[in-house]
Order: sequence, then structure tokens, then C-alpha cells
Amino acid sequence: MNDVMQSLIDIVGERGVSNAAEELWFYSRDPGVLEPHKPDYVVAPKTTEQVQKIVQLANREKIPVVPMGNGMALTGLVIPLKGGIVLDMKRMNKILEVNEKARYAVVEGGTSQGVLKAYLQENYPHLRHSIPDAPSTTTIAANVALHGQGRLTNQYGFNSDMVTGMEIVLPTGEICLIGSPSLGPYWFSKGPTLPDLSGLFLGWLGTTGIITKLGLKLFPNKKIREVEMFVTDKAELVPEIFYKLTHLEILEDVNAWFQPKPLIFKGNFHITIYFTGDAEEEIEFKRRMIWDALQEFIDSKDGGFMNVQYTKDMLLEMPQRGIANFADVPKGGGFEYSGPITIIEHFPQYAAKVIELAKKYDVLYASSARLICGGHCMMFSISFAFNRNNPAMMKRVKEALDEATAFALEMGAVPWKPNFMEQQMTMKKIHPATLKLMQMIKRNLDPQGIMNPGNWEVI
Amino acid sequence: MYKLKFNDKVCATCPSSDCLLKCQYMTFSGHKEAHAEMMKIIRGKDSRVLHECATCYACEEYCKRGNHPFYLISERREEKGMFTAARPITNQWINMTEMQGKFLVGDIKDKALSCCYIPELGVLGTGEIFKDVAAAGVFGAEFMCPAVHTHFAKMSVIKERLPVVIENFRRLGVKEVICLHDECYGTFTSIASAYGMEVPFKPVYYMDYLLERMKELKSKIKPLNITVAYQRPCSNRLIPDKLPLVKKILKLIGVKMPKRVYQDENCLCCGEVIRSVSGYKLADDVQKRNIDDMLQTGAEYCMFNCPACQMALAEKVSKRGLKPVHIIDLCKMAIGEKEREVA
Ligand SMILES: Cc1cc2nc3c(=O)[nH]c(=O)nc-3n(C[C@H](O)[C@H](O)[C@H](O)COP(=O)(O)OP(=O)(O)OC[C@H]3O[C@@H](n4cnc5c(N)ncnc54)[C@H](O)[C@@H]3O)c2cc1C
Ligand code: SF4
Ligand code: SF4
Repeated sequence: MNDVMQSLIDIVGERGVSNAAEELWFYSRDPGVLEPHKPDYVVAPKTTEQVQKIVQLANREKIPVVPMGNGMALTGLVIPLKGGIVLDMKRMNKILEVNEKARYAVVEGGTSQGVLKAYLQENYPHLRHSIPDAPSTTTIAANVALHGQGRLTNQYGFNSDMVTGMEIVLPTGEICLIGSPSLGPYWFSKGPTLPDLSGLFLGWLGTTGIITKLGLKLFPNKKIREVEMFVTDKAELVPEIFYKLTHLEILEDVNAWFQPKPLIFKGNFHITIYFTGDAEEEIEFKRRMIWDALQEFIDSKDGGFMNVQYTKDMLLEMPQRGIANFADVPKGGGFEYSGPITIIEHFPQYAAKVIELAKKYDVLYASSARLICGGHCMMFSISFAFNRNNPAMMKRVKEALDEATAFALEMGAVPWKPNFMEQQMTMKKIHPATLKLMQMIKRNLDPQGIMNPGNWEVI
Repeated sequence: MYKLKFNDKVCATCPSSDCLLKCQYMTFSGHKEAHAEMMKIIRGKDSRVLHECATCYACEEYCKRGNHPFYLISERREEKGMFTAARPITNQWINMTEMQGKFLVGDIKDKALSCCYIPELGVLGTGEIFKDVAAAGVFGAEFMCPAVHTHFAKMSVIKERLPVVIENFRRLGVKEVICLHDECYGTFTSIASAYGMEVPFKPVYYMDYLLERMKELKSKIKPLNITVAYQRPCSNRLIPDKLPLVKKILKLIGVKMPKRVYQDENCLCCGEVIRSVSGYKLADDVQKRNIDDMLQTGAEYCMFNCPACQMALAEKVSKRGLKPVHIIDLCKMAIGEKEREVA
């Protein structure tokens, strides 16, 4: 046994570390289209102190460390591009505190969305968090590390905007508190009124530190959730529909989606509108407001509400598991998306691009957009499904996604959870002074370049 | 292409114009105005009816002189390129019901049990009552009556698809098709005859079948002693001669159906198509009046005949204390095959 392996065992115990071939095979890949690359070790810490010791060891030995939640980002962000340690955070899954009146929770860095959801349902049924549509096993810390979006993003912004404090193990091994917990016992603010240091970690995809604890905003959980579905066949009307809907300021979530199969969806853009209330009267009032807001499209026969009785249960699921099923038209379990964050006016151009790319690369699309913070922007997912058993199809999907990212950058969008090549494309386009600032931050925080190397490689 | 058989002269001399005068969604000053509007439609001119009709099917029943006013209204709307519901909703229905070779055909001899393209019908058409025909089920777009497109003024889709559906049944070599959906029976009788399409099998209305079976199973029936309000579906308007069957079946199983305002010819639509065609205000109003009326009869159950109506109203009636139930399930309850429904 080599020294590193022994040191890792000393830190986390035998059951917390592995370099067995089957384990390394598993941790070398994610469900997306990128090539796998093997780590040298898989380590699953249980405490912040263990994380700290692992990072100190990695620093000494100059070994890459790739923090990993559930590995479901789809864009290869946890594929250890340069080998080293994959740090599987899932054993750090405790809910440390819920402050009911201040509406925040403090969780460990590997806590999954599902664990927090179940805990709140059982103990604080009046509270909820912004659940993404990713599988329940995905982790909260990873989701904020990549600026994810969830059910409450239309109301309250990116899930990362909902962070209320962090404990970070820096790439050099120090444990650092960010926001109000750095001054006292309360986790209510990630920055204000201090300089907001959370930006040194959020969006950095695990390249500037490891989140070991996280404070997260909770929100009122209304008794009733409802959904309406508006359809139009004119992409150019979608931004106006978004605008009218967001003007209402009463919606939980707004998603627009389109896919050519099954046939019921062909040719139409579907806008799923979620809203909540504590009483039937509130729900009916909101429903009427939604219908009234879109009346002009109904009058012109360009759009109408579709009956959702058959699909309601599926639509109201959180996370919505049907997304993956619907997307899996080629029946091969593969599905990846490029998800630029962009302005809502660009919906028609992106929609046209998706259809163009699907045709050009002979792949199936299933695209969607989620409104962010009342329509300031949206995440437009350029998604393609593929059969994992068909390498030629996977290659075509990869090329289509690359072209989609190039297009998004041309259109002035910001790529979301970009893979390492898309990060490079982004850094080529980014303003030189911005890039320089990123370089300064990265160099200072991670002088050895051990954190998730290959990603945000600005040095 | 098939053409609607419509006798203009019958309308020209019509003393009642009941088709429009009885319409629940439009008011006319009297016979003269209603008649004039009908004549405009016949002559291919614009008429307020083409803009205001909520597509409830009822005028097919109101006309007692053998004409087909609703099919004509739909024809004229299509000729003028008019949409009743939004274009994307109309096209969604056309796409969703397109034949794709994904149908199910059971063990067919001389009878088939048509489940249209509605999965719930496959579940209803089972058990002791359907034991001789349940295995002969057919399901899928290939066997679906395309009548729904009448709501969307897409008669061309009906004219194109119905002959294919009829041919698909013919190929099965069946003598009889038991239709679990009113709309199928109405299509094979009313629509097919209005367009001069020959139907080479005998369509059997499921309530006829149900009545006969319940008579045969009489010894097993334990009267339910309950009260229901009946939600009559739009497509029952195409086959008004079948309306009395409901009372006969209910009598056999000990179910009371007290009189109410919106019954028989004056029944109200479930409201879902109205929601698409005329908007939520009218749909909410219709549904509210309908459920208020059901409740004032003291009914415990809201009884359905059509799964689409049931889907549209089940949650709404439940919230107001009425248990939603299909008439077939009531029969199953009466012979002890099914638990009583709970709200
Ligand atoms: C069907 C489906 C639906 C999806 N829907 C959504 C959605 O609605 N919204 C959404 O936002 N995403 C969605 N996703 C994308 C993705 O699954 C989520 O963003 C999810 O939150 C990723 O979590 P994870 O634990 O799998 O992250 P991982 O893939 O494990 O990690 C993501 C990134 O975070 C870093 N990281 C992980 N843990 C830490 C830590 N403790 N500290 C620092 N860095 C860390 C990793 O290094 C990596 O760069 C979806 C994915 C699928 C498959
Ligand atoms: S359709 Fe019937 S009721 Fe109407 S005018 Fe013609 S004949 Fe009279
Ligand atoms: S279908 Fe109904 S709404 Fe339309 S004209 Fe006939 S009765 Fe009136």
C-alpha cells in the first residue's frame, strides 16, 4: 500500500476510502457525454476536520481534489480530469439546524435535496426550500456551487442567492466561515453587510474550496400547489407571455418547454405555470388572474390553456421525475443539456437554434426554459437525448452541444454549469480584466492548483 | 371526399328553429332572428353563430327534423378558416389522436369491445358484467371515433379518419362493436350517416348491453339505495333515443335520480371544451350552475357516463361533497364487485 492511501485511511478509516478498480471505474464518469477519466482514490469524509486533513495532505503531495455531491451535473464537472482524489461528500449529510422564525436551515456539505425536503415535511411543514428538478439524491452544496435553479427561483432568484452562510475548507486547508456565522451563531446572511465573500466560491464549481456547511433560506410552504399549462405554436410570443405572467408577481415557477415527441407535444411551446395558496379561494383568484393575463393570446387564437388533469400529479411532483422520462425518447437513458442563462427576449432565437441543431446532427431535442427571479433572465436548456449504447449518437449530441454553447456565447448569454471546454470558450470571450481578476482569485486561493483542476483553469 | 348531407329546404320551411332558439349559449329575439341566422349559415355567409357557438352538440338533439345543424356550423367554420379553440390546442388534438400503429387488439371473434382511445374504458369494461366481451377489447387511435374534432371545427379530420377507423373494424371481421364511449356510438350512427359512410358492422351502445347484462345478473343485485345526479355528456346529444336507458339501468340497481333543472334536453356540458373554446368565465359559470343544481337534488353521487366528463368534473364535485362515479361502476357496486366510492 502506498503512503497516500495509508494517510487517507488514517484520516477517514478503511471504509471511507478506496482505490479498488470497480470503484475507480464508477467514479471516473458521469451520465453526460464526456470521456471518463479515472481518479486515483475515492474518499468519503464524515467531518469538516477530515476534509481539512485530506486537503492538507493533497496540498503536501500536490494531488488533485475533486469535491463531488451526487455527480449529476451532467457536464463532467466531477470527472477527475487530472486524476487524484474524488471527495465524495455524501456521508456529510446532517441537517444541523433549522431556525423556523428566521426561515433558514444549516446543513452539511453533502446533504441531499431529498433529505432536507423530507426533514422539513416532517418537522416544519410550513417551510420549504427551492428544490431543483434534479434527482433527490443530488446535493444542496453542489447545486449552489454551480448556481442551480429550483422551484422557487422565479420568486427568489438562483438557488445560490438563497445561501445564508458557509463553512469552507480552503484549498490550503484553513476552515473559513463566510457571512453572519463568521460573527456569531446565526446563519442569516451570506454577505451583507460585510463584503460578500460567498462569490469566491459560488459558481466556481469546487475549484476554490469545499463547502462543508451551508446555510440556506427557507420559504413559506403553502397548503395548496396548483398548475396551469398554456400552449402556443408561436415561439415569438413566448417572451411576451413570460412578461405578462411575471407581471402578476404571484407565480411560484414558470417553465417553457417543447419537444417533437410524443406527438401530443409536436409543434407547440408549453408554458407550465405553478402557483400556490392556503385556501381554495386564493387558488381560484390566482387562476383567474393567470387566465386574464393571457386573454389576448386566447382571443387571437394563438394560445390556449390545455387541460392538465391527466398530467397534474406528474407536473406537481418535486422534483419532477417525468422530465427525464419524457426526455428519454431514444430509450437509452442519455440526456444532456447546455443551459445558457440569458434574457427572455431571446427565447425565439434559442428555440430556432435547438430545432436547427437537432436536424443538423440528427438527434432528438427536449428543451425547456425556467424563469429566474421574475423574468430578469431565464435558463434555456438546449437538451438532447441519446442512447448510451450508441457512441455515434453520443458524438453527434456532443457536437450539437458544443455548437449550442458557441451560439449562446455569441448571443451574449452566460453558460451555466459549463464543461471544461465550454469554460475555455467562455474565458476566451470574457473581458480581459474580468479574466485577470478571476486569475488573481484562483491563484491566491489555490496556489498549488489542486482544486478540481481542468475546471476554471485560469492560471 | 365525403360531404355532409344537409337538407336546406327542411330548414327553409322550419317552423321552430329550435336548433338555435333552444341553444343555452346564445339568445335570439325569436324564431325570425334564429331562422335568419340559420339561413345565413346554410348560404355560407357570416353569422354570429359561427363566432359564438360553444360547441356543446345540443342542437343536434334540438333539431327534430333530421338535419345536422352542429355539423353544418362546424363545416362552415372550417371553410372560413375559423378556429373555435386556440390553434395550438386544435392541432394538439389532431396530433395526439394521429394513428401511429400503437393500438391494442384483444381476442376478437364476431364481437369487439371498443375502448376508443381512452385508457379508463379498458378498466371499466371488465368483470362479471363484461365477462364475455372483455377479452375482445380494442384500443388506440386506429379505433378511436374522431368526433372530438367537431368541437374544433375540423370536420376534414373526421372525413379523413373515420373511414379508416371503420375499415380497421371491418378488417377485424366483427359483426358487432360494443361502444363503451357514447361518442363512438354517436359517430358510427349519427356522424357516419350524416356523411353517407357505410358501417359494415352493428354498433351496439354499451348501455343497451349493460341493461341486458344487469337483467341477467338480477339475482346478484343488491339495491344500492343511493341518490345520484347524472352528468349527461355532449355526445349523448347525438343519440337522444338512448337517453331512457339510464333510468332503466338505475331502476334495476336501486338508484334514485331526482329531477333537476339541468337534465335531459336541458342538461349542461361538463365545461372542459367550453373552457378551451369560450374561456374560463363561461366554463366556471356552467360548472358552478351544474354542480349547484346537482347538490340541490340531495344527491350523494355525481354519476358519469363519459370518462372525459369525469376527468373534468371529478375533483370539482368531490370538493363540494359529491362522490364521482361512472354508471358502470355503480352496476359493479350493485353486484358486489366494487366497493362503494368515497369522495
Ligand atoms: C433530470 C435532471 C434534472 C435536473 N434539473 C435541474 C434543475 O432543475 N435545476 C438545477 O439546478 N439543476 C438541475 N439538474 C442538474 C444537476 O443535477 C443539479 O444541478 C444538481 O444540483 C447537481 O448536484 P450534484 O450533487 O449531483 O452535483 P455534482 O455533479 O456532484 O457537483 C456539481 C459541482 O459542484 C461541485 N461540488 C460538489 N460538492 C461540493 C462541495 N461540497 N463544495 C464545493 N463544490 C462542490 C463539484 O465539484 C462540481 O463542480 C438536473 C439534472 C438532471 C439529471
Ligand atoms: S336545423 Fe333543424 S331545427 Fe334548425 S332550422 Fe333546420 S330544421 Fe329547423
Ligand atoms: S352546438 Fe351548442 S352552442 Fe353551438 S349552436 Fe348548437 S346548441 Fe348552440
